[in-house]
Amino acid sequence: MSHHLLLVEDETNIIEAIRFLLSREGWEVDTHSNGTDAAEVIRDLKPDIVILDVMLPGKNGFDILEELRAHEQTADLPVLMLTARGQSRDREMAEKAGVSRFMTKPFSNTEVLNAVRDMLCLHRQQS
Amino acid sequence: MTSLNVLIAVCMAYVALLFGVAFAAERAGVRGRADWLLRSPLVYTLSLSIYCTAWTFYGAVGNAARSGLEYVTIYLGPSLVIIGWWWILRRLVRIGRSHKVTSVADLISSRYGKSNTLAIVVTIMAVIGVTPYIALQLQSVALSLSIFSSAETGGVPDPETSRAGGLWIAIGLALFTVLFGTRNLNANERHHGVVIAVAVEAVVKLIALLAVGVFVVWGVAGGLSATMARIDASALGTWQTDGSRWATLTLLSATAFLCLPRMFQVMVVENDDERHLQVASWAFPLYLMLMSLFVVPIAVIGLEVLPAGSNPDFFVLSLPLSEGREGLAMLSFLGGFSSATSMVIVATLALSTMVSNHVVMPVFLYLRQGGATQSGDVRDVVILSRRLSILGIIGLGYIYFQASGGSGALAAIGLISFAGVAQFLPAMLGGLFWRGATRVGALAGLAIGFSVWMFTMLLPSFGPGVVFSAETFASGLWGIGWLNPQALFGIAGLDPTVHAVFWSLSLNVLGFAVFSLISFPLPLERLQGAQFVNVFDHSGQARGWHASFAESEDLLIMAQRILGAEEARHLFETQTRAQGMPGHLPEPTPDFLQRLERELAGSVGAATAHAMIGQIVGGTAVSVQDLMAVADESAQMLEYSSQLEAKSRELSRTAGELRRANEKLTQISLQKDAFLSQISHELRTPMTSIRAFSEILRDTDGLRPLEKTKYASIINTEAIRLTRLLDDLLDLSVLENGQVTLNRQSGNLGDLLDQAIATAQASEAREITIHRRRLDETITLNTDLDRLAQVFINLITNAQKYCASETPELRIEAARHGETVVIDFRDNGNGIPDEAREMMFEKFSRIGAQDSNGAGLGLAICREIMVRLGGDVSYLDDSGGTAFRVMMPQTLALAAQ
Repeated sequence: MSHHLLLVEDETNIIEAIRFLLSREGWEVDTHSNGTDAAEVIRDLKPDIVILDVMLPGKNGFDILEELRAHEQTADLPVLMLTARGQSRDREMAEKAGVSRFMTKPFSNTEVLNAVRDMLCLHRQQS
Repeated sequence: MTSLNVLIAVCMAYVALLFGVAFAAERAGVRGRADWLLRSPLVYTLSLSIYCTAWTFYGAVGNAARSGLEYVTIYLGPSLVIIGWWWILRRLVRIGRSHKVTSVADLISSRYGKSNTLAIVVTIMAVIGVTPYIALQLQSVALSLSIFSSAETGGVPDPETSRAGGLWIAIGLALFTVLFGTRNLNANERHHGVVIAVAVEAVVKLIALLAVGVFVVWGVAGGLSATMARIDASALGTWQTDGSRWATLTLLSATAFLCLPRMFQVMVVENDDERHLQVASWAFPLYLMLMSLFVVPIAVIGLEVLPAGSNPDFFVLSLPLSEGREGLAMLSFLGGFSSATSMVIVATLALSTMVSNHVVMPVFLYLRQGGATQSGDVRDVVILSRRLSILGIIGLGYIYFQASGGSGALAAIGLISFAGVAQFLPAMLGGLFWRGATRVGALAGLAIGFSVWMFTMLLPSFGPGVVFSAETFASGLWGIGWLNPQALFGIAGLDPTVHAVFWSLSLNVLGFAVFSLISFPLPLERLQGAQFVNVFDHSGQARGWHASFAESEDLLIMAQRILGAEEARHLFETQTRAQGMPGHLPEPTPDFLQRLERELAGSVGAATAHAMIGQIVGGTAVSVQDLMAVADESAQMLEYSSQLEAKSRELSRTAGELRRANEKLTQISLQKDAFLSQISHELRTPMTSIRAFSEILRDTDGLRPLEKTKYASIINTEAIRLTRLLDDLLDLSVLENGQVTLNRQSGNLGDLLDQAIATAQASEAREITIHRRRLDETITLNTDLDRLAQVFINLITNAQKYCASETPELRIEAARHGETVVIDFRDNGNGIPDEAREMMFEKFSRIGAQDSNGAGLGLAICREIMVRLGGDVSYLDDSGGTAFRVMMPQTLALAAQ
C-alpha cells in the first residue's frame, strides 16, 4: 500500500533531495513551502506523516506543530521535525510541542528513511 | 571680760570704718572721682587677696603644725596660675567683659547657648560647694572669739560663746553684704564700695599676720637665728607629704582660684582693665609669699610654747594672748576677722547674683507670664531676691557650721569646697578652648563630677552616723563594696582627698568629653562657642548698635551672605521704597525685621534666623564677625547641599544610562542567540543539500547522467553559498577590528552605481525598477570604490529582497555639498518599523522574524565600511518606504587610517 507523506520545507534543494529519497520507496510525496497556512494544508491533505522544517517563512515549525496538536484531527499525526538551528533548546521546544521525531540538519539519508519507516509502522499499529 | 568687750568694741569700730570706706568709695565711684584709686591695679591685686580667707590666716599655721609643709600647696596653686596661666585669666577677663558676664554660672551658661538649665545647675552646685567654706569662716571667727574669752577666764573655750558668736557674726555679715552688695541693680557694674573694703581688709590681714610673725620670731623665739635653730630642731620639717596629695592639693588650689565664685567676682566681674592682670601677675604671688612667710615659725614656736591640746589653727591668736600681748592679739583677731568677712561678703555677693539671676528671676518671670511687667516692679523683685539670697546663703553656712559641730580642721573644710567648685573647671576651660564642647557634655560632666564629689567628700565630711552610717564607710553604700565613699570602685588606700578629687575630676572630664562628642550643638551654642574660643580674633571692645542705620547695614550684610547679594538687595530696596525713603537701607522697623527673619528662616532655619536678628538688633552677646562666620558656614552648607543635589541628579542620569545600556546589552545578547541560530541555519542549510545529494550520488545505483550532473551542480552551488557566507563573516570581523586595508581609487559615481546595480540584479532574481538622475551622478570619487560598491550592492539587494510593493521601485538620488557626497536609496515599500530601527545596523539583526534568507550581516557590513570611508550610512524616516542615506567625503583621507 502506498503511504502519503507531506514535506513542509522552503529550501528548494532540500525539497528535491528528500522528495527523491522518499519517492524511491514508493511513497506519495507532497510538498509545501510556506509556514503561514501549513496547518490548514495538512488538515486538507490528511497525510500519513508530516516532515516539518523549523525555519519557514510566515510561521515557524514549533507554532505549526502546536497548532496541529491542538486540533483534534491532527492531534496524533506523526511529525518528523528537521531543523538547521542546532541548539539544544530547540529539541526541548519541539518535544514540548509534541514532536514524534526530531533531527538536526544536515541529516543522513538512511536515518531519515529509517525514521519515516518506524513512524509508518507505529502509525499503522495505532490505527 | 573687759578685754573681750574691748575686742567687740574694736570690731564694731573696725566694721564702722569699713562701712565708711565702702560708702565713700561708692559715692566717689558714682561721681567718677578718685578713679586713680578705685581703678588702680593695686586695688585689683589686693581684692584678689580674698583668696586668703580665715583658712589661710589661721588654718595655714594649723595645717603646718599638723602636716608640715603641705600648707604651701594652697599658695602654690594660685601663684602658678597667675604667673604661668595668665593667658587663661586674660581670656576669661576678655570674655567676661565683652559678654558682660555676671558670674561663673553666667559664663558657663552663655558659652553653652545661654542654657538656663546649665545656669541653674552651676548655681546650685556653687551654693552647695561654697557653703562649707562660709561655714569655715563663721567657725574661725566664732572660735577666735571663744579663744579670746577663754583666755580671759582662763578656762577652755566655751562652746556656747562660740555658737552665739557664730550667729551674731552671720547676722552682721549678712547685713553688710545686703547694704553694700545690693545697692546697684546691674550685677555687672562694679561694686566699688565692696572692693575697696576688701582691699582695706587685705592690708589689715597682711599687717596683722606679719606683726604676729615678727613678734613670734623676735619677741618669743629671740631672733632669726634662734628661730631657725628651733625650726631645725622641730619635727615639722621632716614630715613628709605624700606626692599624690601634694600634686592634688596644688591642682585643687589652682583650680579653685579659677573657679571659686568669689574669685571670679573680683577677678573678672570687678575687673576694670585687662592690664591690671599684668600687675597682679607679680604682685599677687608676692602678697601670697608675704602671707606665708611666718607660717612655719609661728607653727613651730606655737607647738613648743603653748600647752599641748591647744588648737593649732589659732596659734596666730593664742601665741600673743599667752604672752600677754592683748593689743597684738586684737590686731591678729582683726586680721582673721578681715579674712573671714571679706570672703563671706564677696562669696555671698557672687552667689546671690547667681541665685537671683538664674533661679529666682526665671521662676518669677515664668509665674508673671502674661502680666505686664513694669520695670519698677522687676527692679524691686531683683533687689529683694538678691537680699533674700544673701540671707539664705549665709544661713546655709551657719547651718553647716552648726551641723558639722564647728570642730573640723579649717584646711579640711576648705578643701571640700575647693574640690566642689573644681568641678566647674572642665566645662569652663573646655568651653574656652574647645569649640566641640556642647551643653549636653557640660551638663553631663558637671552632674557626674558633682555627684561623685558629694558622695566621696561632702557627705562623708559630716562623719559617720550623720548622712552615711558607719557601715557605709566600712562596706559601701547599701553594702555594695565598690560604692564605698572612701574607696570607690574598690580602690582603697588613697588619701580621702586625693581619692575624691581623682574620681570626681576624672569622671567629670570623661563625661564632659564623651557627651560633647556624641551630642550636637544648637545654633546658639555654635555661635557662642565660636565667640568664646576665638575671643581674641575679633572681640576687641564690646560693640553696641546705637544707630539704627548701622543696624540696617549689618542686617543687609548678613542678609547678603545668606540670601545672596541680588535677593537681599531687592528685599531691602523694596522695603526702603515702601517706607518712602531714599537709598537702599530701610528703617529696621518691627515689620521689616519680622519679614527679614522669615526670609532668613527659609535659608537657615527659624531658630538661627531668630537668634541672628535678635543678636544684631538686641546687640550684645555676639559680634558681627561671628554672625558672618555662621552665615558663611550656612552658605557653604547650601553650596554643599546643591552639590549633593547635582551629584544625585548625575547619579540618576548615570543610572538611566546604565539601564539603557543594559537593555541594549540584553537585546544584543538575545540577538546574538538569534544570530547563532541564524548562522547555524545559514551554514547547515547548504551543508544539508551537499550531504544529502552526495549520499544520493554515492548510494543510488542507476542514476541517469542528467540527474548526476544536476545533483553535482547543486552540491557545487551550495558549496559556493557556504563560502560566500563565511566570506561575509570574515569581512565583518576584519572591518570591525579595523584591520582592513583600504585601496583608494578615482572613479565616477554613476559608473560605480551602474556596476553595483548590474551585480545586484545578477545575484537576486526579484525584479525592481530603478530610477536615477544620471546628471547628478557625475561626481568624481577618490575612495575605496570596491568597498563603496559593496555598500551599494547590499542596499540595492535589500530593496530587491524586502520591498513589499507589488511593483517594487528604487529611487537613487545623488548630491554633493562641498566636499560631502550624499546618496539616498528610497524604495516604495512599507519602511522599517520604529522598534527595529535602533538595532538595524547592529550585526546579526534581521528585520522581521525568520522570513528572509539574510544572515543579518548586510547593514552591519555597510555601516562598518562607511565608517572606514570617513562617512556614514543612516536610515531616513522622511518617506513612506525604506530609505537609506549614504554620506562620505568625496576624497578619502588615508592619513586617517
